[in-house]
Amino acid sequence: MSIDVLMPALSPTMEEGTLSKWLKKEGDTISSGDVIAEIETDKATMEVEAVDEGTLAKIIVPEGTEGVKVNSVIARLAEEGEDVSDVDDAPAPAEGGSASGDAEDADESESETAADTDAGDDAEEAPPEPEVSTLKDPRVPEGTSFVDTSLRDALRDAMAEEMRRDETVFVMGEEVAEYQGAYKVTRELLQEFGPKRVVDTPITEHGFAGLGVGAAFGGLRPVVEFMTFNFAMQAIDQIINSAAKTLYMSGGQMGCPIVFRGPNGAAARVGAQHSQDYSSWYAHVPGLKVVAPYDAADAKGLLKAAIRDPNPVIFLEHELLYGESFPVPDLEDYVLPIGKARVRRPGNDVTLVAHSRMVGFALQAAEKLAEDGIDAEVVDLRSLRPLDTDTVVESVKKTNRIVTCEEGWRFMGVGAEICATVMHEAFDYLDAPPTRVYQKDVPLPYAANLEALSLPGTADIIEAAKKVCYV
Amino acid sequence: MAKAPTKSKSSKSNSKMKRDEALKFYRDMLLIRRFEERAGQLYGMGKIAGFCHLYIGQEAVVTGMQACLKDGDQIVTGYRDHGHMLACDMDPKGVMAELTGRADGYSKGKGGSMHMFSKEKNFYGGHGIVGAQVPIGTGLGFSNRYKETDNVCVTFFGDGAANQGQIYESFNMASLWDLPVVYVIENNQYAMGTSVARASAETELYKRGISFEIEGEEVDGMDVYAVKEAGEKAIKYARSGKGPYILEMKTYRYRGHSMSDPAKYRKREEVDDIRTHHDPIDGLKARIIEADLTSEDDLKDLDKEIKALVKEAADFSLDSPEPDPSELWTDVLREVESA
Repeated sequence: MSIDVLMPALSPTMEEGTLSKWLKKEGDTISSGDVIAEIETDKATMEVEAVDEGTLAKIIVPEGTEGVKVNSVIARLAEEGEDVSDVDDAPAPAEGGSASGDAEDADESESETAADTDAGDDAEEAPPEPEVSTLKDPRVPEGTSFVDTSLRDALRDAMAEEMRRDETVFVMGEEVAEYQGAYKVTRELLQEFGPKRVVDTPITEHGFAGLGVGAAFGGLRPVVEFMTFNFAMQAIDQIINSAAKTLYMSGGQMGCPIVFRGPNGAAARVGAQHSQDYSSWYAHVPGLKVVAPYDAADAKGLLKAAIRDPNPVIFLEHELLYGESFPVPDLEDYVLPIGKARVRRPGNDVTLVAHSRMVGFALQAAEKLAEDGIDAEVVDLRSLRPLDTDTVVESVKKTNRIVTCEEGWRFMGVGAEICATVMHEAFDYLDAPPTRVYQKDVPLPYAANLEALSLPGTADIIEAAKKVCYV
Repeated sequence: MAKAPTKSKSSKSNSKMKRDEALKFYRDMLLIRRFEERAGQLYGMGKIAGFCHLYIGQEAVVTGMQACLKDGDQIVTGYRDHGHMLACDMDPKGVMAELTGRADGYSKGKGGSMHMFSKEKNFYGGHGIVGAQVPIGTGLGFSNRYKETDNVCVTFFGDGAANQGQIYESFNMASLWDLPVVYVIENNQYAMGTSVARASAETELYKRGISFEIEGEEVDGMDVYAVKEAGEKAIKYARSGKGPYILEMKTYRYRGHSMSDPAKYRKREEVDDIRTHHDPIDGLKARIIEADLTSEDDLKDLDKEIKALVKEAADFSLDSPEPDPSELWTDVLREVESA
């Protein structure tokens, strides 16, 4: 049984090439790995190596031939013990070749799938995206007392409770242990859990983000603190390429249960490199969950959920809220679902959608708007991915108007996504164009007056709300 | 005090060669060689697409290192990963079917050549971003320490990755915390088309750990016994809790960086010289014959067996169906278990 040597492709797009040179002649003995010929395309010259062993019985395509189709037979080998003169020298059709000499098997498999897949245009339509199930906050029993807690302490309590519950949970980051946290969010964790589970890292964001991913692959549940999300830019490759994509790329084998948390967005007067909102950056990426709570109760319930989640979760906090206190239900295990928005203030005239610190501004704006007779509904997104579009769309169907509020830039932002969704899902309900409130399209300036001009606030929301209400 | 890195010599003595081990090495390396040749051919036929980085020439490195591991030890590498998967006993059929993008591939066809994993075999990928596997391997070492096992993570990377910053971030943490990680630098002399001399201020890569107090050693990566000897020492060191260790394997890839690389940055004579005088498989074969461990005929039978195994894998990879369209939406996120 002779073995066909086929014209190889140098790349998936190559269809034909020139057989420029034979380096072996008829009658030569060939071993696996021997360079037998050179081929050329307009881009490159490449050597053809033998995969099979035998004697070069017939050269079918002579050197210098141009336009040789990929997968056409260029030569035939006689196998060990086979007479060279028995080898057929008729050129075979281009697509009929075989890798192994076992022509029938190869032909069969070839006709089915692979050869034609690069066509793409007749590809089956993708099945519909699965629906997100309806999530509900847990019921807080009547008579539950609420304790005023700062956002900072609520986050700390969430980590401490989860560390008590699960030995594999640990916290790592810069200054999280002995310094007690750059913003004191990890205060007293070292004292309770010791240096094995509260790990001070060097200033090495890319390194410890990747180390955290490896630890998660290895069966632990790391909570990785970035001193601020601005510094996570150093680590974004590990977050996106390693943490977010590996479950998919491994066909579901390799989960990455990890939380990346820290303050996100503008602080006060720290300039452009320390004041950026990354909400839309992370929310863009399939394979991540992105959470951005406003008050302490949500922060606690959602961080506990994030730590238990089997997926990588980006947990965006806000430095300017760390010191603010909010009532937190005094429950033993308060866990909220990721992916569920909260209607913080019901209203009938306009929907204000916000997340993180902007929720506070939206609530203030709603109070002021009420004085002018405008009844605003405030939707706190809480999670950006999955995004609870049902709650937003339901609200717009009631109010017929929407203003999105975010601290980040408008261009390609969270508001853009929400407005597009609303126009798609509730177009006929809209009585005014969806409108956005956002940071001005400049790096955040340092000067107090310019910083204030750049950042969105209550006044911007009021103005936008009045505009969509045509007052 | 910096620990002095050392250069080790090749193992030359045949007297201690054990028959079973020698034949296993031969078989394992030959499987990688034949598998990769077949993968290259399927790529040439358009059955494998995208990037496909072949391991031909470097077989002794992963084969020797694998011989030093015990249950629970992990390995992780970059995108030139087919050899590592075969060495840790992943099924050649599943690996080849992933290369052809089929449902029976290790990642259901969703990963491809550079992105395969097997938790069962402790193979943690298969990573496509140059150097990204190094912090990940360091984190696997961290998890071993955390769980108080005595397992070691062997983290492979190339001479090209050795210039990425995250490698040194990893070295620093691994040494600072004495993590059980053995870093294996597979120095095949070329990062794509750039030689080590053109890319590295310090070309002796085993010295790259000096600033981090990590011991390093240069090893003949074309000699499976030299690899194993150095690997055993390094792994024993890491396992005993002393911290990380660096092995620089001097090796060579015969093929281009990827299938679409014509490799014009080096002379054919250079490749031919290595193939003729330093090939890891031919070298071991000569030593097996010289030590009279088995006959040429037995080795020939082994060749046939490997060839059949690889053919079976190739046929399987072409017969396996493409993934069901519903797989598009699976494995993006894991379901949250209800409390």
